[in-house]
Amino acid sequence: MDLNLFWFCTLGVLLTGYAILDGFDLGVGILHLFTRKDSERRILMNSIGPLWDGNEVWLVTFGGALFAAFPNAYATAFSGFYLAFMLLLFALIFRAVSMEFRSKLDAPWWRQMWDIAFSVSSTLAALLFGVAVGDSMMGIPIGADGEYAGGFFDLLSPYSILIGLFTVALFAMHGSIYLYLKTEGELQERIHGWIWRTFGFFLILYMAATIFTLVAVPHAIRNFQNMPLAWVVVVLNILAIANIPRAIFLGRPLYSFISSCCTIAACNFLFGIALFPNMILSSIDPSYSLTIYNAASSQKTLWIMQVIAICGMPFVLAYTAAIYWVFRGKVEIGKFSY
Amino acid sequence: MELDVVFLSRLQFALTVMFHYLFPPLTIGLGVIMVFMEGLYLKTGNKEYEIAARYWTKIFAVNFAMGVATGIVMEFQFGTNWATYSRFVGDVFGSALAAEGVFAFFLESGFLAVLVFGWDRVSSRMHFFSTCMVSLGSMFSAIWIVVANSWQQTPAGFHIVGEGALARAEITDFWALVFNPSSMHRLGHVLLGSFILGGFFVMSIAAYYILKNRHIGFAKRTFTVGLVFSAVSSIVILISGHAQAVKVAETQPAKLAAFEGHFNSTEGGAPLYLFGFPDEESMTVNGGLAIPGMLSYLVHGDSNTPVTALDAFPKDEWPPVAFSFQSYHLMIALGMFFIALPLFGLFMLWRGKLFETRWLMWLFVFAVIGPYIANQSGWVAAEVGRQPWAVYGLLKTTDSISKAVPAGSVLISIIMFSAIYLLLFLIWLFVLNNKIQLGPEEHAEGPHETKGWLDTAAGRTGVATGDSLTGTQTKAQDAPGAAE
Repeated sequence: MDLNLFWFCTLGVLLTGYAILDGFDLGVGILHLFTRKDSERRILMNSIGPLWDGNEVWLVTFGGALFAAFPNAYATAFSGFYLAFMLLLFALIFRAVSMEFRSKLDAPWWRQMWDIAFSVSSTLAALLFGVAVGDSMMGIPIGADGEYAGGFFDLLSPYSILIGLFTVALFAMHGSIYLYLKTEGELQERIHGWIWRTFGFFLILYMAATIFTLVAVPHAIRNFQNMPLAWVVVVLNILAIANIPRAIFLGRPLYSFISSCCTIAACNFLFGIALFPNMILSSIDPSYSLTIYNAASSQKTLWIMQVIAICGMPFVLAYTAAIYWVFRGKVEIGKFSY
Repeated sequence: MELDVVFLSRLQFALTVMFHYLFPPLTIGLGVIMVFMEGLYLKTGNKEYEIAARYWTKIFAVNFAMGVATGIVMEFQFGTNWATYSRFVGDVFGSALAAEGVFAFFLESGFLAVLVFGWDRVSSRMHFFSTCMVSLGSMFSAIWIVVANSWQQTPAGFHIVGEGALARAEITDFWALVFNPSSMHRLGHVLLGSFILGGFFVMSIAAYYILKNRHIGFAKRTFTVGLVFSAVSSIVILISGHAQAVKVAETQPAKLAAFEGHFNSTEGGAPLYLFGFPDEESMTVNGGLAIPGMLSYLVHGDSNTPVTALDAFPKDEWPPVAFSFQSYHLMIALGMFFIALPLFGLFMLWRGKLFETRWLMWLFVFAVIGPYIANQSGWVAAEVGRQPWAVYGLLKTTDSISKAVPAGSVLISIIMFSAIYLLLFLIWLFVLNNKIQLGPEEHAEGPHETKGWLDTAAGRTGVATGDSLTGTQTKAQDAPGAAE
């Protein structure tokens, strides 16, 4: 494995970590307004209270690693998707502060305001991530100079919007299973209903997205010829999806949650396979595409960063695990809660 | 008027980075104070230090969230608005940023969860450990971002590959990059500036309580910690600042000349302007007061050795002189104030009159604005003084922008950032004020006030916490008796 490939895979791992971890807390945000009572909304928010910040660091580190390993891809994507990234930033800002500010005043209008901000920004962030994935699959107008040559609305194709909605449904389902694990009593019973409904939406959009991809994005499965093992992931993905309702039905929500994590990981993996070896595919001329070779930093830098990653990541995984262990179990509202 | 993308992008960067930098220095400074308070609690077992640690944790958490929310903007903005710059520096700058993510952000955000939500879930030793880790994480973060910025000021450990629009810097020596000529000086300065802010911040709130005759025990203890901390930091930063200025004279002479309004080369020693109004057209400093030979003495340790002046550089390589001069001098004037005020405070403490001197307490309430301004103006001087370069001597700011982004888009985002940040700033003040008015959880004060706090707490937390509240209430009622 050369260094460029190592970094392509590492970025994939970071993105998968982000999608699994922040996926459930974005999902909780998407579902937030489906409860009415303040006490229940507090339980929802506090289920992710200690964790969301660490989860978001996976995105920040993904951004930093992309900048360092593939500066050309970072620069082209971020400047090309300018307004989309600005919208994403505004969504992430509001999400962060709405959790922090909501509990600071006990007035209905104040809490309602932050509840809406929390839910809308979570939904918007999930949608934008999905749209970005959709655009990357389809390819975007990249000129011979490696710069983006389109406008904001070129990013909103029917395909990318479908992938955006798919991501919202996926995270909502993922979040609802997470909430089922973290709640009890009457609220948990209602969340049980949410799992079935979000799973229904997810399944419909998953099938639509699969069909649309096979029809409209033929290059997505080009790499499958060289890598027949990728088909195994497809099969595993389908099994994982099938296991989500099965485990819920059998009363084993933890297995269901693990299956939903696997589903997200598999979707990310297939996205990586579809993209490889491109970072950004040019829809104008494939030879203008930014690949993991022509968009990368020098070999020396990639090597230095590999050392940094290998030294740092065990610590990251160790304390991520430790924090999740400390905050295991059902949500309890105490005086330090939001 | 044609909208200028360079100007708009710079404006947006200045706006977002200055707003962001309201929060990290307090995170760093307050973090150290929290480690200190909690360490004292573990060592002495004195409950009051625990109350103090818990109180500062709440304010720390809100401040931290604002830092995170505004910080992601910075990381994205290199790519969105400064794509050419990103391509040029990515190989070098990107690794520092990635190291910040791996080493600092995970550490901070992971242990912050325990710090804020974990009081009842982990032992007090484990909690103290988490506080230390958060504080350490915030400093790691400062290390990597200052290293990255210092590389822009004094590039080292790299070579240039490619030509024209495709040219970029690539690492040749990682440690030379990390320990580039200015990085350690600047890191020390940034950390000390944060410590001063932390000290003044806690003193401001404590002084307010003392004036209002509330939470006296807590306030006096906190104030004393803040006073000693900021007095020491202020004196050390004077030494750090001097060493740094000498380094700037060596590595970025045009910048130092702009800081000091030093336009014309001299045969002998160069004067030091205490204040004044530099004019680039006439190349003079108007209405200023200068000490002859002093600049030479500070830079070279000899009042007769010439200092490189602005006239040694073509005019298109000058930084904006008046802007650099004034922000630099503002920082230094405030720095002197940060030495004088805590020393006077320590003197009054020694005389036993500190907490009774009401005007001085009021002064301390408002003095916290000083370190905020000094931290900002110091960075303004550092960044404006580097102009017209984005990377000193290698890449001009005007060549750094994103080619794919039209001016209209930047204008839209500036308007949105302004509106959102203004809103956030007002809410931040509101929430902070709320926390201050609510006060720390008191155990040793009069039962009336304690009850008031408990009522509020009961209203906020609802029935679910009935058990723990009862526990607190029993303790709270016992405590005054025990104190007598």
